[in-house]
Amino acid sequence: MAQDGERDDPPAGGISRRAFLRGGAAVGALGSAGLLAREMAEAAKGGPRMEAGVEIWGPGEVPVRLRINGKPYDLKLEPRTTLLDALRDHLELTGAKRVCDRGTCGACTVLLDGDAVYACSLLAVDVQHRAIDTVEGLGRPEKLHPLQAAFVENDAQQCGFCTPGFVMASKALLDRNPNPTLADVHHGLSGNFCRCGTYAGLRKAVLAAAPLMASEGGEDEAKEQTENAGAADQPERKQQKKRKRRGRHG
Amino acid sequence: MVEYYWPKAEDRHLIGQRISRLDGPVKVSGRAKYTYDLKPDGMLWGKILRCPHAHARVKSLDVSAAERMPGVKAVRVIQGSGSEIQWALDEVAGVAATSEALAEAAVRAIKVEYEVLPHFVTEEKLDQAPKVNPGQEETVGDPDAALAAAEVRIKGAYGMPMVAHNCLEAHGQIVQWTGPDSLTAWCSTQAVAGVAPQLAEGVGVPAANVRVICDYIGGGYGSKFSIDRWGVECAKLAKIAGAPVKLMLDRRAEITVAGDRPSAYGEVEVGAKKDGTLTAWVSKSWGSGGPGGSGTPPIPYIFQIPNRRHVHSSVPTNRASARAWRAPNHPQGAFITMCALDDLAAALGMNPLDFFVQNLTLTGEREKAYREELQKADELMGWRQRWHQRGDTGKGPVKQGLGLSIHTWGGRGHRSNCEVTVHPDGMAEAKIASQDLGTGTRTVIAIVLAETLGLPLDAVKVSIGDSRYPASGGSGGSTTVGGVSSSTRRAAQNLLDLVFTKAAPQLGAAPADLEAAEGAVRVKSDPAKRLTWRQVAALFGHTPLTATGANPGDGELTNSGVGGVQMADVAVDVETGVVKIRKMVAVQDCGLIVDLKTAESQVYGGMIMGISSALSEEKVLDPITGVSLVHDFESYRMAGIADVGELVVHMMTGPGYDERGVIGVGEPPVISPGPAIANAVANATGVRVPYLPLTPRRVLDALAASVKKETA
Repeated sequence: MAQDGERDDPPAGGISRRAFLRGGAAVGALGSAGLLAREMAEAAKGGPRMEAGVEIWGPGEVPVRLRINGKPYDLKLEPRTTLLDALRDHLELTGAKRVCDRGTCGACTVLLDGDAVYACSLLAVDVQHRAIDTVEGLGRPEKLHPLQAAFVENDAQQCGFCTPGFVMASKALLDRNPNPTLADVHHGLSGNFCRCGTYAGLRKAVLAAAPLMASEGGEDEAKEQTENAGAADQPERKQQKKRKRRGRHG
Repeated sequence: MVEYYWPKAEDRHLIGQRISRLDGPVKVSGRAKYTYDLKPDGMLWGKILRCPHAHARVKSLDVSAAERMPGVKAVRVIQGSGSEIQWALDEVAGVAATSEALAEAAVRAIKVEYEVLPHFVTEEKLDQAPKVNPGQEETVGDPDAALAAAEVRIKGAYGMPMVAHNCLEAHGQIVQWTGPDSLTAWCSTQAVAGVAPQLAEGVGVPAANVRVICDYIGGGYGSKFSIDRWGVECAKLAKIAGAPVKLMLDRRAEITVAGDRPSAYGEVEVGAKKDGTLTAWVSKSWGSGGPGGSGTPPIPYIFQIPNRRHVHSSVPTNRASARAWRAPNHPQGAFITMCALDDLAAALGMNPLDFFVQNLTLTGEREKAYREELQKADELMGWRQRWHQRGDTGKGPVKQGLGLSIHTWGGRGHRSNCEVTVHPDGMAEAKIASQDLGTGTRTVIAIVLAETLGLPLDAVKVSIGDSRYPASGGSGGSTTVGGVSSSTRRAAQNLLDLVFTKAAPQLGAAPADLEAAEGAVRVKSDPAKRLTWRQVAALFGHTPLTATGANPGDGELTNSGVGGVQMADVAVDVETGVVKIRKMVAVQDCGLIVDLKTAESQVYGGMIMGISSALSEEKVLDPITGVSLVHDFESYRMAGIADVGELVVHMMTGPGYDERGVIGVGEPPVISPGPAIANAVANATGVRVPYLPLTPRRVLDALAASVKKETA
C-alpha cells in the first residue's frame, strides 16, 4: 500500500510463477510429417528416439506413464497431448479446467513435484515419472483437506470454475511458505484469475488455512522424511530437478 | 386458505444466518461436473469455422475436403454462399469429428471466399458514425431556463467502452439425440427452462421432447440465456453424426462474440444553486451494442432533477451483439451521472458526501435507505475525516483520493414453480428448474425449505438444473433469489397445510395449533406431543407427499427496488499513470437476506467485477480491419487478487429492510465501482479522467491535457 506518496517496492526476490511460465510456456511440439510406417510402429512401442540430440516422440499415439496423486496411469497419447488434456479427456480428472489453454489464467493449475504449474502448457510426455498432484487427490467432498474446508468456510468460490486451480496454487504457496503475509498470498495467487470476484474470500481462506495446514503439513513432512531416510542429499536432488526444469522450459 | 409470510426475526433459525454454500465441497474438491467436463460415450468434438472479416459476403464455400477426412462425422454450412456477415468471428460452418484436433483440422480444410464489405467498429465520436438511431428525447420541466439560471454549472463528457463477459467456462453444450425427435442437451446456461424450447424450435422437434441439464455453470453474468446458433448447430451436427457432440467455444470466440456490455458516451451539462441543490440537467448520450445498437441507460441516474432533458442514440457497429451484462444499462447511466455530479460538487467546492446527502430528496422512495447507507459507508471509509478537496497536495508522485457513487436495481423475484416432496424416509426435497450460477441458489432453496419444515439443512435435498423440474425463470436481473425462495416457501407452507390437517387428530390438537420445528411436527403449547417427519410421511401411506408453490402468488414474499452506496480510496501515480485501489467500501440493501454469507459474496463479487472493468477491461477493435485486438487473458486484462485493494462489505438488515421480503443482489453492486473509482481518481489528481478503463495511458493523457490547458 502506498504511503506518504511513495511508490510500493516491487515484490522482493525471484520471478513470479506466471513470469516463469511465460518465459517458456511453449514446450516444443515436434513435427514429424514424413515418417515411414516402420518408424510409426516403432514409436508406438515406447519412448522417444534421438535425432541430432533432440527427443523425437511419435508420430501417432505413444505409451505414456503418468504418476498422478500417487498412482501410476498408463495411457496411449499423441505426443502433442497436453497434461491438461490427458487429465481431462483420458483420465476423467476434470478438476483442472481448460479456460485460456495458453498459460495465463491458472484454472488448470496442478502440482508438479510440488510446484504449481499450468497443465495446459506442459506436454504429457514431458512429465512422465514426475509427481503430479491434482485437486482430486487433495480431499473428497465428504473429507475435505483443511485448505479446501477453509475455501468452503470463507466462501472463496462462486461458480467454482476457477476454484480447483486456486486450491492447487494455494497448496503450492502454503507448502513453500507456511506462514504467508497478505502480500505473499497476492503474489502466490497472481497467476490465477477469478471472474465471479471471490478474491476477498480467497484471501481469508488462504490465511485461515495456513495455521491448519502448518500443523497437518508438519506431520506430512515428518512422514516424507522417514520415507526418504536413505536419501541424504534430498535438498540437492530437488535443486537438480529445478535446474533441469528450467533448462527444459525456461 | 394458506397465509404466506416470512417468519419474524425471532422465529428464524436459518434465514439470515451465515451459511456456507451447500455445493462448496463438491466444487472445491474438483468433483463438480460442468458442461465442459462431461463426456458421454461415443462423444464427438464440434468446432466452428469463423469469419475473419467484420463485414463480408460469403462468395463461395467448399467443405468437400473436410467431409472426406477420416474421422470427420458431420459437416454443416451455417452461413453459405451469399450470406452477409455482420461481425468478425461469426459462424460460417461447423464440423464434428472423433477428436478435437481432427475437428480443428477439418475446420482448416474448409475453403471460403469472402467479398469484404465496409465496416464500422468505433463509436466514441458520434459525428463519425455512418448511421445513428436517435432515441426518444425526454424532457421534464424547463431545463434550458433552469440551466441558464443555475448559480453553478459544469459541462463534461464521460464514457465507457464495450467490455466482455468473458465467462471462465466458455459458452457451449453437449447434445445427444435419444430418439428420432427427442434429445438431451447439457448446456452451460443461465436458463435451463428457457433454452429447452429454444433448442426444440431450432431443430424442429416438440419442446416436450427436449431435456436440458445444467448442474454447474462456470459463469454467465447475463451472457448465457440463449441456446445460441452454435447450440442449434451442435444439435444438428449430432443428428447427422448419430452421436453426441460437444461444442464449447474457444477463448478467442468467447471473448469476441459470446457477450458484450454496450458502450456508452455522454455529454452533460448540470447546474445547481450555490448551496448545492440540483436544479438542471441536460445531456445526450450514445452507445453501441453491435448491429442492433445499444440499450438505453437511465440518465440522469437515480436523482430526478426537477428540470431535465436527455436523449440516447444507438450506433450500429459491426461487432457481435451485446448481451445482458450484470445490471444492464445501469453501469453506463451511473457512470455518466455520478461523474458529472462529482464534477459539479467540485465546482461548488462541496464535499460530495454532503452534496449527495443534500440532494437525496430527489431519489424517491429509497431516500431513507440511501441516507442510512451513506452514513454507514462514511463510518466504514472514514470519509469525513479523510476527504480533501480535489488534488492531493502531498509531496511525491503518488496521490490519494476518495470517490463515491450510489446505485439502484429492481430485483423482484421472477416466475418460479417449486415442488416439495417429503419422502417416506422423512427427507424433504425441493425440485425447481432453476440453476445455481454460483450465486448460492441451491443453498437459498435449502435454507427456505429447511426453515419452513423445521428441519436441519442435512435433511433437505435440492434438485435443480434440469428442465424436467417445475419451470422457473432464467437467472438474470437478480430475480432468482426472490423467485425461488418465494415458490419454495409457498410450496413448503402448502405442504405444511396438508400435514397439519392430517396430523391434528393424531396429536389431539387443531391444525392451527401445530408447528413444524426441531425436526418434527408438534403441538405449539406442548412440544412433547410430536410426530417425526418419517411418522408424518407414514400418515400418507407409502407414496411420497408432495405440494407445489409458485411465484408470483399471495403474500408479500418478494419486492423490488434496492439501494447501495460505494466509496473508493485510490492511489494514483501521476508519473506512471497507474491507479491502485487502496480500499473499497460497499453498503448494500436487498430486503430479507436468506443467506448472509452468499449475499455478501455477491456484493464482493459485483464490486470486484466493477473494479476490473473500471481499471483495465476494454474490448479494443481495430478500426482498419474491424477485428478485435483482444482475444485472450493477456490482451483482455481482468483484475487479479492483488489489484482490488482492501474490500469492506456491509449489508443493511433489520427493521426497514427485512420486512420488504426477499430481493436479488447480483446486479446492484457491480454498478457503482466505475464512477466511485473515477471520482476518487479525480479527487486524487485534481483532473477528471473521463473515460473508462482508467489505464495509465488515459490517466497520463488527462494529466497532460490539464497541464496544456493551464499553460495555454
